[in-house]
Amino acid sequence: MPTALEIVSPERLLLSRAVDMVVIPAAEGELGVLPGHASMIVLLRGGLLRIFEGPQETSRMFVAGGFAEITPERCTVLADEVMPLAEVSKSAAERRINEAEAAYEAVDKADIAARDATLDQLQSARAMLAVAEAP
Amino acid sequence: MANLKALRIRIDSVKSTQKITSAMKLVSASKLRRAQIRAEAARPYAERMQRMLATLAASAAGNPSAPPLLVGNGRDATHLIIAVTADRGLAGAFNTNVGRAARTLAQRLEAEGKKVKIAAIGRKGRDFLRRDHGDRIIFDVSYAGRKQIEFADAEAIAARVIALMQEGAFDVCTLVYNRFVSVISQVATEARLIPAPVAEAPAAAAAGVPAVYEFEPEEEALLAHLLPQNLAVQIYKALIESAAGEQGARMTAMDNATRNAGDMIKRLTLVYNRSRQANITRELIEIISGAEAV
Repeated sequence: MPTALEIVSPERLLLSRAVDMVVIPAAEGELGVLPGHASMIVLLRGGLLRIFEGPQETSRMFVAGGFAEITPERCTVLADEVMPLAEVSKSAAERRINEAEAAYEAVDKADIAARDATLDQLQSARAMLAVAEAP
Repeated sequence: MANLKALRIRIDSVKSTQKITSAMKLVSASKLRRAQIRAEAARPYAERMQRMLATLAASAAGNPSAPPLLVGNGRDATHLIIAVTADRGLAGAFNTNVGRAARTLAQRLEAEGKKVKIAAIGRKGRDFLRRDHGDRIIFDVSYAGRKQIEFADAEAIAARVIALMQEGAFDVCTLVYNRFVSVISQVATEARLIPAPVAEAPAAAAAGVPAVYEFEPEEEALLAHLLPQNLAVQIYKALIESAAGEQGARMTAMDNATRNAGDMIKRLTLVYNRSRQANITRELIEIISGAEAV
């Protein structure tokens, strides 16, 4: 029995179909979700989301961060932003890195929450660049 | 003849008004379709966010160190009202409804001895509220000249609200906006943002949602990310519903205006023809009685 995968961004429902396995970039490491997975709510970092049907990897997407809710039957990804791989461009990624670095420089380092937010932003931008550069 | 000429000018002017209103109606109709699609596309995210928040909140309930965004800061003295209106008028009662709802809410809270602060989103609401609540407006945002509202706009507002919350500028935050019921009906609605309304959380937990969720990282860290995001999503939802409602309201208003202009033209044309005929009759009488006198 496959997992019902849904990928939603604030602007739209991007994908809703049954898949055999999905690998999501959780904040504490990649997480492979198979049917019957324990119920979880996880935080995502920027990274690659990979969808498997059978043994075959059928599609990849860049996720800029967000949340995922996993139950034995379904996996719902609430992404801050999702991009099909074809739309990830190196120049956009580099621009984001610059923005994130500027934000990190400007932030009040004593404010831990704000500092961490800019670090997350930087991580997400770097992951985007890595995705853009990968063959 | 001056009377006839004046009537003709009047008819022409109403005709050109009618052309404008019917063009505006068509423009709104096409914008409405796009705005409606956007509003519908955003719904799944908001729904699932709500579900996740309910699960988390149920799990974090009873935790004394629950974040203030979720449970409030325990006080109820200062209220922040965020009023969402359009930047442009000519949309019937659309903007006035929100303005009036926000004003009524502010007056009620003040009568209860609470302090009120207002954040006005949209130029029309700001202008409306500035008249008698001008000193209470703490910030205003306008999207005049922008084609459409992006999620980043909602995030910017949410960030501002959170910063104000941390400064202790307010205790309770309420959103007033036009909910999009249908094309012809938009209802001014109040929605509480802070503390988050998760009263339905126990109900959701009871309704077969598996209560044994694992969290990674732990609830508090997740909530710290989820709550600001949820705030932004709620604001975004209000913004795009309001954007769709604005087009719907304008379409209805312009449809009415076009019809009224049509009625007006018909009435004026009738008067014009009658007085033209009266003139002709009078001239004939003058000629005939002139001929008889000879």
